[in-house]
Amino acid sequence: MSATAESVQERRAALKGLGTSRKRVEDARFTQGKGNYVDDIKLPDMLFGDFVRSQHAHARVKSIDTSAAMELPGVIAVLTAKDLEPLNLHWMPTLAGDKQMVLADGKVLFQGQEIAFVIAEDRYIAADAVDLVKVEFEELPVLVDPFKAELPDAPILREDIADEKEGAHGARRHPNHIFTWEQGDKAATETVIGEADVVAEEMVYYHRTHPCPMETCGSVASMDKVNGKLTLWGTFQAPHVVRTVASLLSGIAEHNIRVVSPDIGGGFGNKVGVYPGYVCSIVASIVTGKPVKWVEDRMENLSATAFARDYWMQGKIAATKEGKITGLWCHTTADHGAFDACADPTKYPAGFMNICTGSYDIPTAYLAVDGIYTNKAPGGVAYRCSFRVTEAAYFIERMIEVLAIKLNMDAAELRAKNFIRKDQFPYQSALGWEYDSGDYHTAWDKALESVGYSKLREEQSQRVEDFKAGKTRKLMGIGLCHFTEIVGAGPVKNCDILGMGMFDSCEIRIHPTGSALARLGTISQGQGHATTFAQILATEIGISADDITIEEGDTDTAPYGLGTYGSRSTPVAGAATAMAGRKIRAKAQMIAAYLLEVHDNDIEWEVDRFVVKGAPEKFKTMKEIAYASYNQAIPGVEPGLEAVSYYDPPNMTYPFGAYVCVMDVDVDTGVSDIRQFYALDDCGTRINPMIIEGQVHGGLTEALAIALGQEIAYDELGNVKTGTLMDFFIPTSWETPNYQTDFTETPSPHHPIGAKGVGESPNVGGVPAFSNAINDAFRAFGLTHTHMPHDHWRIWKTANELGLHAES
Amino acid sequence: MITGNFEYHQPGSIPEAVALLSKLGDDARVIAGGHSLIPTMKLRLAMPEHLIDLQAVKELRKISVSGGEVCIGAMTTQAELIASEELHKAAPIVRETSLQIADPQVRYMGTLGGNVANGDPGNDMPALMQCLDASFTLSGPDGERTVNAREFYEAAYFTARDDLEILTEIRFPAYSGGYAYEKQKRKIGDYATAAAAVLLTKGADGSCEQASIALTNLSDTPLFCEEASRQLVSDGLDSASVNSAVASAMGQIDPVDDNRGPAEFKRHAAAIILRRAIQQAWARA
Ligand SMILES: Cc1cc2nc3c(=O)[nH]c(=O)nc-3n(C[C@H](O)[C@H](O)[C@H](O)COP(=O)(O)OP(=O)(O)OC[C@H]3O[C@@H](n4cnc5c(N)ncnc54)[C@H](O)[C@@H]3O)c2cc1C
Repeated sequence: MSATAESVQERRAALKGLGTSRKRVEDARFTQGKGNYVDDIKLPDMLFGDFVRSQHAHARVKSIDTSAAMELPGVIAVLTAKDLEPLNLHWMPTLAGDKQMVLADGKVLFQGQEIAFVIAEDRYIAADAVDLVKVEFEELPVLVDPFKAELPDAPILREDIADEKEGAHGARRHPNHIFTWEQGDKAATETVIGEADVVAEEMVYYHRTHPCPMETCGSVASMDKVNGKLTLWGTFQAPHVVRTVASLLSGIAEHNIRVVSPDIGGGFGNKVGVYPGYVCSIVASIVTGKPVKWVEDRMENLSATAFARDYWMQGKIAATKEGKITGLWCHTTADHGAFDACADPTKYPAGFMNICTGSYDIPTAYLAVDGIYTNKAPGGVAYRCSFRVTEAAYFIERMIEVLAIKLNMDAAELRAKNFIRKDQFPYQSALGWEYDSGDYHTAWDKALESVGYSKLREEQSQRVEDFKAGKTRKLMGIGLCHFTEIVGAGPVKNCDILGMGMFDSCEIRIHPTGSALARLGTISQGQGHATTFAQILATEIGISADDITIEEGDTDTAPYGLGTYGSRSTPVAGAATAMAGRKIRAKAQMIAAYLLEVHDNDIEWEVDRFVVKGAPEKFKTMKEIAYASYNQAIPGVEPGLEAVSYYDPPNMTYPFGAYVCVMDVDVDTGVSDIRQFYALDDCGTRINPMIIEGQVHGGLTEALAIALGQEIAYDELGNVKTGTLMDFFIPTSWETPNYQTDFTETPSPHHPIGAKGVGESPNVGGVPAFSNAINDAFRAFGLTHTHMPHDHWRIWKTANELGLHAES
Repeated sequence: MITGNFEYHQPGSIPEAVALLSKLGDDARVIAGGHSLIPTMKLRLAMPEHLIDLQAVKELRKISVSGGEVCIGAMTTQAELIASEELHKAAPIVRETSLQIADPQVRYMGTLGGNVANGDPGNDMPALMQCLDASFTLSGPDGERTVNAREFYEAAYFTARDDLEILTEIRFPAYSGGYAYEKQKRKIGDYATAAAAVLLTKGADGSCEQASIALTNLSDTPLFCEEASRQLVSDGLDSASVNSAVASAMGQIDPVDDNRGPAEFKRHAAAIILRRAIQQAWARA
């Protein structure tokens, strides 16, 4: 018997299923430079497109003279809004219910806006021709500050909708106002705040930044005029949605459009939206009958395609003297730039910002978000984040710290006092969510113990003494964060994008010899789907992950899905994969019973086979069953072994984590130094610990960037000040500290395998941890809050304003 | 991010390069490692019609130390400066500085000549060369001449080099006293928020026999701080004298607001960085 037990374990290990730190199968090609990205696609007779862009943030376009460009040998055409207008493609709908100019229609609204699209025989000629297009502008007053958008002298940006009192999300009170979105109980919250023992107030700004994936956005469109088929390769995080949108916009029947997302060099939300470059490459290919490639450069990427964040969050948090939180109030001014192109589920104009009660049992809360137009690039994408969860987590984790200061209480203790308790799950939040599961106290205690929290606080107090005594010029900050995410959008009943319900899908084919192909509606951009989805299936169907090919991204072959962003792949497509696997197993059970000549109910599943109950020597492996399904006539059972599942999740999943960051801060130079970073993540069932760790490292590093320097900054004329990687901070190995990762495991009760998603957690939790460390370093000197990014000069300024440079 | 059109030339010797440059005149630019020039060309801020590439001019790639003098060919890369043990013995501050320039990839391409000829106040080598009292050898249609590094820089991107001259060599005395190059930057690959090169020689009696201070990216040219250097020699390294030397150096700076921060911050950081460089150099003296 013990021999069998051992072999069960061996057989299980051989599957490389759930819980295995399996090496990423993608890396063999990526580490050899053999990936196939959009820019690697080269087709015969391919043409190249390049944009003439606006140097002004707000101007009327008086005229566009393309004649000199057209005379340059090798230039095929120069498209302007006038050329797109007959096709009704000079504007396009955004994911947020607004519309956006494809090419400047009479005016430009942000620096870098697309004005004309040059099509040429090679990339270099296209760039030369761009310089030859002459645009005559009449400059208009520029609006960069969202708080000035509704002043009497504010310029009106969107003349096209200036008179529309109703937008996609309700009433608009001013031409520069997009929407007001309210959640929770305003009156009750204001009463609680009015009557509270203690109220802490703060304006928390999460500055504008950018996902900046290594690969910029691009597309290759190829219209085959003989068979009427359009093939579109592109950097698409949601290829099926792109197909549907392309069909609706162009009038080409959907079956005649094939959209392919090849390898994608990072997305982080930058590749969810639809950009003018995609539309122009399609139109250009239709017009010329030749394939047309468009790939933006780094500066175009940073200044024109999709910013993230830019939320001004005014907060009030109420508590009893003992530190029990009684209410939370938040008013957010959301700077959306020139067009509302947020990539959120339709009914959520501020995404899931209403998760801003965080990990805490806050009985009463109210949130209002006002969307505002400014002369900045459109976007508002979820940068490694599930629709504004990063903003929400940053807001509440700052407010907790501010409240701790007001209460003169330790911030770790204040958190523990207010966590939703394990026995309260499923928990109904004041702002409308049902948290599926959690065990915050366990995670928190483990984190504090692992870092030696009380010792750190003692060391910090000593440091403050030493600083005051002139023995050191470095302060020490302890950054705490306990975040709760809401990911896996989402239930079709309340989540859609452009009307498409946010389900996802998996289709499995088991081959006669017992290997398999599975196709999903998602698309990996570095997450390692080909590795992890095979592991989910391996455990479900008993075929080794090494014998399962995962394919995504080709709409002609993959089942319809909503794509990859918002940590939805594992919660939604991962669930579909498990469910499709279970269908395979159900059919396999019938086949096995037939082969073993017993009743279906007389056999049971064991790792990779069906075994006759009580007779372990009688079994059929999945491999044998697969073969039989193709070569035997089994009464009442169709030949073959395939399944497809479309999964509509019953709820979101709620990953959480406890992070601690310890920093030294030089008050004279503003230089900060991360001494320790501890990250405990609870993402439910762990599919591949090594991939989780990789995701955590990557997400923390992006969080570090955002907290400590990464920003898209504008001057008062609307010029982008951080348009290259010299000024836009991307950390290298040099700036990246060692991370200490840890975990607890609280499976999701409604997900087939209990998994919750992890790719974005470290970014959501990391930013507050880094920022809290900086803020905490100055707490002893009277600081309550200072805005990100905490780069050298801003830290220096904080120290300076606190009078810490008086004697140096 | 695509350059304008240009003709590419690759001369094999200094006379050939000088002749080409004379012939093509204003429409031509010399290219060394290209890591300052090509980015400007990609932004189309520079659109030279001809590029004269010095890669093939072998005699420009050398490091020699003899008779107490260091001589470095203009095309010597920053990586080569770092790798040379001979140079490290003769002037260890060069390796210390080079290691703080950009990142390894840039340093394999970027040259000493390009760095000092560029005239960008952000470059680190010009202040170092002023600190070391280097001289630059220039070759032009009218022959060869040398210009002292302390007199070479006129304004941002304006130097004493004539458009038709090529910088061929950099020479400076070997220096084995105390040294430090301190640089504050936002990240790897960034130019200085503030940087200071300091050389200090300690006499047998503990006095400061020789001092040389220069600053990077705190004005539209690198700054040799003559007065501050003299003060350290005359008044020694006690805190009052260091304070007044730093104050004197700070009197020379004129930083501008940029993404690294406002001038006010840079003034503060510069003083701190200079003070640290002085302390470090003195500790090593
Ligand atoms: C990401 C990045 C980060 C960087 N960070 C730093 C930094 O921290 N510190 C720093 O100092 N530098 C930095 N640099 C610049 C780098 O060191 C450059 O290589 C250097 O400034 C120029 O050297 P080059 O050989 O590349 O010159 P090039 O770019 O080829 O030339 C620069 C200029 O000098 C002229 N020139 C070159 N050689 C000669 C010659 N022999 N005679 C006459 N004229 C000549 C050229 O015509 C051109 O105008 C950075 C560059 C990059 C791309």
